[in-house]
Amino acid sequence: MTRPGPHSRIRPAGTIQAVAFVAVVAVLPLITGQHWLVSLLVFTVMYAGLASAWNLLGGYAGYPALGHGAFFGVGAYAMAIGTSHLGVGGGYRPFVLIVPIAVGTALVVLPIARLLLRTRAAAFAVLSITLMFMVQTLAYNIRSLTGGSSGLIVPLAPFPAAIFERPFYYAMAALLALTLAVCWVVRTSKLGLALNAVRDDEDRARGLGVQTELVKLVAFAVSAGLTAAFGAVWAYYITFLYPGFAIDPLLALGAILMAFLGGRRTLWGPVVGAALIGPAQQYFAYRFGASQLYLVAYAALFLLVIYLLPEGIVPSLARRLRRLRRASPAAATHDQVATDSIFSAGDLG
Amino acid sequence: MDAGLHLRGIVAGYGQGDILRGLDLDVSAGQITCLIGPNGSGKSTVLRVISGLLTPRAGQVLLAGEDVTGRSPRAMLTLGVAHVPQERSLFPAMSVWDNVLMGAYISNDHDAVARRADEIAERFPIVARRRHDLAGSLSGGEQKTVEIARTMMLDPPVLCFDEPSVGLEPRVRRTIFSILADLSSDGRTILLVEQNARSGLAIAHNGGVLDAGVVRLTAPASELLDSPDVGRLYLGAS
Repeated sequence: MTRPGPHSRIRPAGTIQAVAFVAVVAVLPLITGQHWLVSLLVFTVMYAGLASAWNLLGGYAGYPALGHGAFFGVGAYAMAIGTSHLGVGGGYRPFVLIVPIAVGTALVVLPIARLLLRTRAAAFAVLSITLMFMVQTLAYNIRSLTGGSSGLIVPLAPFPAAIFERPFYYAMAALLALTLAVCWVVRTSKLGLALNAVRDDEDRARGLGVQTELVKLVAFAVSAGLTAAFGAVWAYYITFLYPGFAIDPLLALGAILMAFLGGRRTLWGPVVGAALIGPAQQYFAYRFGASQLYLVAYAALFLLVIYLLPEGIVPSLARRLRRLRRASPAAATHDQVATDSIFSAGDLG
Repeated sequence: MDAGLHLRGIVAGYGQGDILRGLDLDVSAGQITCLIGPNGSGKSTVLRVISGLLTPRAGQVLLAGEDVTGRSPRAMLTLGVAHVPQERSLFPAMSVWDNVLMGAYISNDHDAVARRADEIAERFPIVARRRHDLAGSLSGGEQKTVEIARTMMLDPPVLCFDEPSVGLEPRVRRTIFSILADLSSDGRTILLVEQNARSGLAIAHNGGVLDAGVVRLTAPASELLDSPDVGRLYLGAS
């Protein structure tokens, strides 16, 4: 059920944003033949999707989930096992596995989520990252399935070398579009209202009739399922899985930082954060990778933006734009609607 | 037994301790009943038991003759019993409008909720005026007004207010009490717990004095206001 209010309907401005976004994302890999550039786009779109998927639980519901690397890894290994052990075949056929992997992960994670969601705040953060390391340890030790520390090879996709990255890019882009659509639906539904209430005060939300356990479980499962889907595509693209890379705390933390940077609890914030940090991350890793100094550069960049725009880029810009518009009496009647529409800033936090 | 709210032999508390020790209370239908008493006497606990936030260890909560003891907060809302807690209960990082919509969260009738929200915005102008602002940015009095507006989203026939005037300046306090009197004139049953006993009893039809977990005295509110003993103990009279 949708809810009455500023987010309840698709407005012309919102439609234009969505169409423009899809058009830009669709055209981007076609305007460059550089493999490294398209590869960078693959990772940027993947991070935008991961950050948006995390936003469902970490942003809207306010649960500081640090263990999404576990779900990403589960998706990656599921794809690797599906292609190498189950004989799914090559070409485009492995992409079919994305749906069962996402749905399967969302279902399998439910009992674990039920346990984790009994805790809140710092305790939840610690447990979630513990879960990630448990999954990583399992990946190291279940050698028959994962290859353990020897790694697991995913069959190389037989795509033409000239456009090798494109199928992966479009698969990631389709998943990003799906994730953003899910986020939009959540934001405009009673579920979004309930998650926001849970984030602000779970006990008060329960007092108003919110089935807090249920809405948290839904957010957790959908977030985990979408994360696993990105992991599945990543595995097919990378073609070699090693527990330390596939279930990497830095990968999940990178996505979280992007959501923080762009603006949690906004629709476009994680995308903006990924568009800025994703390429920077790849550049830093390339430039300073051998010395691990890229992590310092990464952190410095993040601290700088948080210092200048503490709520994240999208909410901070929305606030400033709103102030500017309020200063103009003629625009006063339009300011809020326009700002909400452009920046989805109705529930800044 | 009338259509009001009745508590019989309620024993309730937190952890191992009992706060309410066999409490009996009658809240007449369509009237304001004001419960007064010293700090720690269990006033807020009474409201938590009624609204389902605390399950009593013994006793019964009867609503229009039906035993509703131990029902969940959601179930009590469905039955038309709403609770406005003492502490600020808005969601500070949500907009005023979303806070108001939360008041009808249990309703699945989208159109009815939209209509009701518009009615509420008309009745409580602050909701319309500040609808896009974060609730946390409102003053104390504005927040209390929006809390009451949110509570009215389901048009509940029974309202429980826990010290609605606490922390408010006198002018705003008078506004809040006038809103409560206004709600009562619609025929709602109101149980008001109020530390500011004189103001609470002034708008109430009936009053009760709670002490050490039991109701020691019940009488028409005007009698309690005139009672020298009550005045000396609870109303600050000499």
